[in-house]
Amino acid sequence: MQSFQLEIQVINKRLKACRPTFFFLVALILIWNSPSYAGEVQVAVASNFLNPLREIARSFQKETGDRVQIISGSTGKLFAQIVHGAPFEIFLAADQTRPALLLKRGLAVKDSAFTYAQGKIALWSPKQGKVSEDGISTLKAKRFKHLAIANPKTAPYGSAARQTLQKLGLWDSLRQRLVQGENISQTFQFVSSENADLGFVALSQILDPKNKMKGSRWLVPETYYKPINQDAVILKKAKNNSTAKAFWKYMQGGFPTDVINRYGYGPGLPGD
Amino acid sequence: MDYAALNFQPILLTLKLALTTVGVLLVVGIPIAWWLAHTGSRIRPIVEAVVALPLVLPPTVLGFYLLILLGPHGWLGQPFSALTGDPLSFSFAGLVIASTLYSLPFVVQPLHTTFEAIGKSPLEAAWTLGASKWDAFWTVATPLALRGYITAIVLGFAHTLGEFGVVLMVGGSIPGKTKVVSIEIYDHVETLEYTQAHILSGGLLIFSFLVLLTVYTLNRRLPVHVS
Repeated sequence: MQSFQLEIQVINKRLKACRPTFFFLVALILIWNSPSYAGEVQVAVASNFLNPLREIARSFQKETGDRVQIISGSTGKLFAQIVHGAPFEIFLAADQTRPALLLKRGLAVKDSAFTYAQGKIALWSPKQGKVSEDGISTLKAKRFKHLAIANPKTAPYGSAARQTLQKLGLWDSLRQRLVQGENISQTFQFVSSENADLGFVALSQILDPKNKMKGSRWLVPETYYKPINQDAVILKKAKNNSTAKAFWKYMQGGFPTDVINRYGYGPGLPGD
Repeated sequence: MDYAALNFQPILLTLKLALTTVGVLLVVGIPIAWWLAHTGSRIRPIVEAVVALPLVLPPTVLGFYLLILLGPHGWLGQPFSALTGDPLSFSFAGLVIASTLYSLPFVVQPLHTTFEAIGKSPLEAAWTLGASKWDAFWTVATPLALRGYITAIVLGFAHTLGEFGVVLMVGGSIPGKTKVVSIEIYDHVETLEYTQAHILSGGLLIFSFLVLLTVYTLNRRLPVHVS
């Protein structure tokens, strides 16, 4: 009997010693088993469309119970990541070039490309009166130290900004004052933090309800730059994911179109 | 191979930035390290922790605070633009400030360790022989601490060469002013210009290796003067 009690004591002691390990394991299991959803889709999005996508994803999640995981960055970076095997399933680019290239390389599902939004750029400053109504006089007066644009090589909005400046014959003379954001989000942040006096940003960023600063802006005429048709494609990784297909269909419906228009994007041109 | 597309400006800029930063770091770092090695003050651990912060903080945290600090309403940006008429953000001077913070521990820590290893006794001997404190520092402590100086200079230099995240956040990628090699490489990779990315990355890899090799070789050769 005594030896039995002793044994229980020993076991208890051992259990006590194990307790930290036990809690650690439980914590690990809790961390790894984050709540599971019925379905899941990984959406890579050009950063100009991040906030509207969040709204769309929230309503999709509510309706279907499926989860949308969002990865944002510049179109060029996301494209390079997809080429190198990133596990994205839908790609919402800020141009048509990159989705077309993915189709050509066989990395996107055939006939899945559609134009979900048409982007517009604006010259913007968070300060009242900084940007004149026609904008051109502001650019020509050069009363600013830094003009922010997105990287014209990787970000379609940066390329549109470059085309605008070239059209106005100001590209060369303003070159020394240009600061480049890695993508349009960083460009917007440079301007809104007033580190740059003004910048070419996406109209959607100015209209974003999260942005409380109104400031002054000039909506660049759409004849100054090639239209920023933003295409979406389903990627090959999503071949067997029904959630990806459901979300792709959902994107073309009524609610997303409302959101897209509210953010100042032009209507998607189906099949363009 | 398309050598014409390879631009040497970022390389020169990076070297200029690293050299300037090391210069500033020595001016700032030597007094801090000296004070840390010889003080009995209670706030010493606090200063040590502050100096080591850039080692553990993600560059995004430094970059975020620097954007605010260097901006037109920031503690540094406002006085700077009031004095010079130029904004501090997106300038070479701004990058030097950023790099100085970022590489501070790499300069202060080796110096601190060496100063501590030398201890007070050689200095006290110099003082009793009539040397002024300044004299003792230059003619006794500095030669003794040579190894620490070399390590500090090389690490500060190499770490600034490798700076990326902070510059990406506060640099603005202006050719000749803030577009350093690491940003240039990033741009090349993003636009799938792998040839240029290879040349620059390979160059940086070899250069950094040689720099570190030099330090470790010198460290072996240089005698340790510690009593």
